[in-house]
Amino acid sequence: MKPKAADVPLLQTVHLSREIKAKKIVADLNVSVEQGTLLAVVGPSGSGKSSFLRLLNRLDEPTAGTVLLGGVDYRTLMPASLRRRVGLVFQTPALFPGTVGDNLQFGPRQRGESIPAAALASLLEEIGLAGYAARDVGRLSGGEAQRVALLRTLVNEPQVLLLDEPTSALDASSELIIEAFLAKIVQQKALACILVTHKLAQASRIAQQILVLEQGKVTLSGPTAEILPCLTNSSTIP
Amino acid sequence: MLNQFFHDPLTLGIVQAVIAALMVLATALLARQQRVFFIREISVAMLRGLVQIVCVGFGLALLLKVPFWLGAFILLGMATIAAQMTAQHAKHLPGVFLISFIGISLGSGLVIGLMTWLGVIEPTLTSLVPVGSMIISSTMRSNSQALERFRAEILSHERQIEAGLALGATPKQITAPYLQATVSASLLPHIDSLQSLGIVWIPGLMTGMVLSGASPIYAALYQFVVMALIVAAARITALVTTTLIRDRLFSPADQLLLHLVER
Repeated sequence: MKPKAADVPLLQTVHLSREIKAKKIVADLNVSVEQGTLLAVVGPSGSGKSSFLRLLNRLDEPTAGTVLLGGVDYRTLMPASLRRRVGLVFQTPALFPGTVGDNLQFGPRQRGESIPAAALASLLEEIGLAGYAARDVGRLSGGEAQRVALLRTLVNEPQVLLLDEPTSALDASSELIIEAFLAKIVQQKALACILVTHKLAQASRIAQQILVLEQGKVTLSGPTAEILPCLTNSSTIP
Repeated sequence: MLNQFFHDPLTLGIVQAVIAALMVLATALLARQQRVFFIREISVAMLRGLVQIVCVGFGLALLLKVPFWLGAFILLGMATIAAQMTAQHAKHLPGVFLISFIGISLGSGLVIGLMTWLGVIEPTLTSLVPVGSMIISSTMRSNSQALERFRAEILSHERQIEAGLALGATPKQITAPYLQATVSASLLPHIDSLQSLGIVWIPGLMTGMVLSGASPIYAALYQFVVMALIVAAARITALVTTTLIRDRLFSPADQLLLHLVER
């Protein structure tokens, strides 16, 4: 019997693997993320966290296994359409030359749409960048650029949000603002969100699930409340 | 002055070539004092250039005797060699020879065809081959510049390209500004030549026409037409080559294959 749409996790990886020159970067990952859930991926540097996100957005090709998006193999979807549905925010913002507004309009413009100025202004205000729409991106601080990159992905209205250390350049107070914003938006828009982070405290504050990666393999995974005590006792966690 | 001592044109030519070569070697020796060593390279290049151009002289003498249709094959051979030479500078790029051949052949072929139709090139081999070779040589330079510039654009904008792809842009959309910059940059030397035409330099073609008795005004107009069409050929080549190489740098799943542009 075919599963009902409600039974199918929004994002599911099936034996997802990537190998480069006989080195396993990501090895046989089977992960599910439901709508309205934030999964934190933690692990030491080089454990395959960022590579995992690149596979989910299909910027890199799996050497084995696949990803199911709403139960559909993502290799059957057009890459541009898939990436609009599975938005990825890089650790380094990589903004395009121009204004903050130009960057936020980038995604919609690719499909001949645009976001009303008032809507953009309201979104910018929510992440502490009120009045920044006309500002040149060359004048932004690292933290501001990171927030613009996050918003640039969100205005594309993805179903899945992939975040690679999105607060690494932020001070403590800005970090809390962004965390609150993320927690709210994941619930409000019923997103499936995967957050790569080095900060266990951050994972404990906003993630419902935690997954620990080491050398491309899952060593621990489960609800935050269950995984966190194991991590605080572990010497292998960053 | 030399012609007072040498009356035979062939002997005069050889003596002039030897003096020119000695002049270049003298500059290489001067540069050596500044610890810039290129005597070997310059000697090889001069010898190669001399042999090639003398062979062309023999070839042109033969052209007077062969049928016109052979011109197409001669130009095709030139385009193949041009593609081979330009591809050597960018061996790491996938399919670079074929792409260069298509770019050079399309750019020069269309323009040579148009020039023949306009009557700028007379339907004789002695007109078709020299003018055709000028155009092919120009498209070869444009092709090399386009390949190198596009590679540099991709490498220096890797993050923005992947960010654009991750936001749902297609390779065509996200590389559009880099493709435009590449085509513009590869045309700059040709545009400079066109702008400085007659002010900074008087091209050899016009000089030759005037020396052989053509009206200077007609020679000037003829030269302008040739130069303008060379720019057109260079533009077509840069555009075709960059577009084709762009398509090779992305996988069917729109993934940037960065290892292809890294040396």
